[in-house]
Amino acid sequence: MAVAKKQTSAESMILMEGVHKWYGEFHVLKDINLNVKPGERIVLCGPSGSGKSTAIRCINRLEEHQQGRIVVDGTELTHDLKHIEAVRREVGMVFQHFNLFPHLSVLQNCTLAPMWVRKMPKRQAEEVAMHFLERVRIPEQALKYPGQLSGGQQQRVAIARALCMKPKIMLFDEPTSALDPEMVKEVLDTMIGLAEDGMTMLCVTHEMGFARTVANRVIFLDKGEIVEQADPETFFNNPQNERTKLFLSQILH
Amino acid sequence: MQTPANVSRPRGSVWTDPKVRAWLFQIIAVIAVVAIGWFLFDNTQTNLEKRGITSGFSFLNNSAGFGIAQHLIDYNESHTYGRVFFVGLLNTLLVSVIGIVLATILGFILGVARLSPNWLIGKVATVYIETFRNIPPLLQIFFWYFAVMLSLPGPRASLEIGQTFFLNSRGLYMPAPSPSDSFVTFFGAVVVAIIGIVLLTRWSRARFEATGRYFPVSLGAIPLLLVLPGLAVLLTGNPLQWSTPELTGFNFRGGWVLIPELIALTLALSIYTAAFIAENVRSGIMAVSHGQTEAARSLGMPAGKTLRLVIIPQAMRVIIPPLTSQYLNLAKNSSLAAGIGYPDMVSLFAGTVLNQTGQAIEVIAITMSVYLAISISISMLMNWYNKRMALIER
Repeated sequence: MAVAKKQTSAESMILMEGVHKWYGEFHVLKDINLNVKPGERIVLCGPSGSGKSTAIRCINRLEEHQQGRIVVDGTELTHDLKHIEAVRREVGMVFQHFNLFPHLSVLQNCTLAPMWVRKMPKRQAEEVAMHFLERVRIPEQALKYPGQLSGGQQQRVAIARALCMKPKIMLFDEPTSALDPEMVKEVLDTMIGLAEDGMTMLCVTHEMGFARTVANRVIFLDKGEIVEQADPETFFNNPQNERTKLFLSQILH
Repeated sequence: MQTPANVSRPRGSVWTDPKVRAWLFQIIAVIAVVAIGWFLFDNTQTNLEKRGITSGFSFLNNSAGFGIAQHLIDYNESHTYGRVFFVGLLNTLLVSVIGIVLATILGFILGVARLSPNWLIGKVATVYIETFRNIPPLLQIFFWYFAVMLSLPGPRASLEIGQTFFLNSRGLYMPAPSPSDSFVTFFGAVVVAIIGIVLLTRWSRARFEATGRYFPVSLGAIPLLLVLPGLAVLLTGNPLQWSTPELTGFNFRGGWVLIPELIALTLALSIYTAAFIAENVRSGIMAVSHGQTEAARSLGMPAGKTLRLVIIPQAMRVIIPPLTSQYLNLAKNSSLAAGIGYPDMVSLFAGTVLNQTGQAIEVIAITMSVYLAISISISMLMNWYNKRMALIER
């Protein structure tokens, strides 16, 4: 496959430079600069409407940025569909509402993209799928349909589905927000497992416990700007910005 | 069931027991329906007898004595009314089947096109749909018949394609094949080619599952279909003798002709129904949440595969029930054929036959049951398909 021009050193997995985005008049992202190194685990947090979801959705171009540069694993995101699809193959994404394909079984959900995009033989795709389903600890549900699973199980399938493409980066867009409280832990445990294996991860989440244990860096966004970023220790114990302090006082009680 | 002797069940009135009531009302309803039905039947019988009108179905064996412009089975004036029934039935089915196939293809293309991000494609589809959906079908049939087909030049000034196809106000004339001696070899070659395509399809799927590489079946199917029968023709000679239409005097002789009524009716019904099917398809696709598209695209799937493998299969469960209604509408609207004299069930049987025999009750009853049978068959088929497409939940 013809890969786009390598523009960055191996030291940068995701590079965002001066990224701006508008929804009509509304300025959602203002001058976002971010450099994510391989294996880094970043948690994005911030009040609702701060642009954190939009920011990670720009990384696999589910949202289009209007100014600035985004380079993912050496490929710059432009209007070129080839580059966009090349980036998407390497970037897995987990959504708040799971977005499993309800007309396909769990196993088929996991093999669809590897077979049609990676051109993987069916048997091999199924082996890979079973491997990751075991990893998220639900191999026994492989032949069931998404509608037959609980929320936590569905989200773990969604993680397995993304992993089957063997991505270099995983994006999580509020993966536990739509779950019942007792199911949050099983999903977070799966994510912690991924982190331990050295996956590059960007998570939008309100799970501050997860941020403390897993993140290398916590980024606080407000009104479309990166207000503060620090390692979790500093971020939670010694926040610098007033807005960060206010936000933390509201969510940590 | 045993109840302890010392526990007395509270006894309400029998009339307030919902089970008793349900049964009672059903029994009363059935008695009422049967009584009314019997009264109507008896009344009709008596009146018919009084006026000396014959009843019964023996008229079906009488000779019809009129010609029919289009008959898919052998027919002439000496044949019976019973045969006229089958001619009409087949003509209705012909229009319905061709119409359903054309309307489905056109409707799906238009429905997807209307959602296209391409401004021109989207607008063209929108204009098409809004135009043809809002004009009464009978008017559209008149348009295609009077304004298009009948305004074509006469046979002597036919529009022609390579001396073989002739389009004029009397219809579309085309060569008709009749088998020659080498037809068997040719037919054999076609059968072998079809078997080959079936095997090829299986092999292609097996290979896709085994290696992940998708071999487009049509790439092998088309050459197979061309080469094998082509070889047969080269070796044994032309399998079919074609009788081409020839202008003799004022009209064409020989060949096949699609009568203008058939062309106008099929075109009008397909184009009209396609507009509705397009809207069903569009609503079906829009009913699939955008998250599905995002999930597929985030896995690196291109737009076309996303549509084919993720969106359409889910949209189908929304599309099928209203699609069934559209098929039923098309089949029933084919009776508008009476307006331009296409010899369908209604204009032939409920028209001419009814006028000639005067046996209104029998003729109308037969015609109605035919449409009922067609409609129920379509419904059953589509329900079966719907069940296959349904999502499994819980």
